[in-house]
Amino acid sequence: VFRMYGSPRVLLQVLWAQLLCGWVLGSELTFELPDNAKQCFYEDIIIGTKCTLEFQVVTGGHYDVDCRLEDPDGTTLYKEMKKQYDSFTFTAAKNGTYKFCFSNEFSTFTHKTVYFDFQVGDDPPLFPNENRVTALTQMESACVSIHEALKSVIDYQTHFRLREAQGRSRAEDLNTRVAFWSIGEAIILLVVSISQVVLLRSFFSDKKTTTTRVGS
Amino acid sequence: VLCFVIVTMGLRATAFLLQTYLILAAAMYFDLGEQEEKCIIEEIPEDMLVTGYFLLEPWDVKAFSHSPHLGVTVTIRDPNHEVVTTKRYGKFGKVTFTAHASGQHYLCFQTNSTRFSVFAKERLKLHLDVQMGEHAIDRNTDKTQDNMEILENSLSHLIDQMMYIIRQQEYQREKEETFREISEDTNSKVLWWAVVQTSILLSVGFWQMKRLKDFFIAKKLV
Repeated sequence: VFRMYGSPRVLLQVLWAQLLCGWVLGSELTFELPDNAKQCFYEDIIIGTKCTLEFQVVTGGHYDVDCRLEDPDGTTLYKEMKKQYDSFTFTAAKNGTYKFCFSNEFSTFTHKTVYFDFQVGDDPPLFPNENRVTALTQMESACVSIHEALKSVIDYQTHFRLREAQGRSRAEDLNTRVAFWSIGEAIILLVVSISQVVLLRSFFSDKKTTTTRVGS
Repeated sequence: VLCFVIVTMGLRATAFLLQTYLILAAAMYFDLGEQEEKCIIEEIPEDMLVTGYFLLEPWDVKAFSHSPHLGVTVTIRDPNHEVVTTKRYGKFGKVTFTAHASGQHYLCFQTNSTRFSVFAKERLKLHLDVQMGEHAIDRNTDKTQDNMEILENSLSHLIDQMMYIIRQQEYQREKEETFREISEDTNSKVLWWAVVQTSILLSVGFWQMKRLKDFFIAKKLV
């Protein structure tokens, strides 16, 4: 036996209203995709919802990945091979579980870090419309425009962060490659030039004690 | 379970938890095999609070004849791959942590469900929602609030958004500086090694000529 205090009816109304609104869900994730691996994500979408899938490869190899998006019946809505960055918007034509997969099966030894952002539906309004009798006041509409502007700032910031991470990853690769190959070349240079002298000297060595060997 | 939760935690908290459960149940999920660990990477600046909500469900709800105890072990690693926290949860839970170092943190999820031996290859689905910042979006709008309170809530939400943006941008400046240092290091390395290689080439060339000349003179070929 328990006692519910507060206003349970109102609370249930709020919950129900939110469920009816086609609840917004934007998921963004960064994950690591090992070589020869495929990773799939699933989401249940209601018919008529506008969805956007955006992905970008952050680190690894040639910074590309295969992506495929399927609807509940298995029809491929979007398929691209070896893409570095793309954005795809669609409206859900069926109810059910949509599936999108990222595949790194073409790569033999590089694993990739992939970022994706899957937006389903629109964001909930800042000021709920259920019991609204008048239009939004000036202050409220100012809040709404600030909110929209901040959302796009966050969006641009994420893109900038990903591009910077990608650039930094390339710069780190370049740095190690330059160091490695420079040391390697210096060593090769020394070894080759010393062995040149030794080889030439060996051509002119005394023939009394050693038989000339014809090099192949 | 629900009655017990309501009694111990109060109505508001229960409603929030129920909402989160409902939100998560409709959220994106990915498959997780038994004893398989999957990680997601989050770029987190210092001193930022991160909240992760997760829900573990069997893949095919109807095919599950008995309900095993589903559990998740959440391991959080910091940028140096050291473990920050490791904790076991039930099938639905919330994990929070504050990042002490800026960088890429790894949130790893592993199932440790019991009574799985019969269904060896069962897959599970893990719903996940990760939010950053102290003030996550408060969806629990109370109808009895008047306009002024709603406005105040919206303004504090906007302020939290802006603080989050500022924090991320500060972090971005630090990373850009690291990037610039790497680029300048590469630049100076290229210059330095080019000089070294050219000098090795010249000096070895001279050495070769000198040795061969002495050699040929000694051998009375010249």
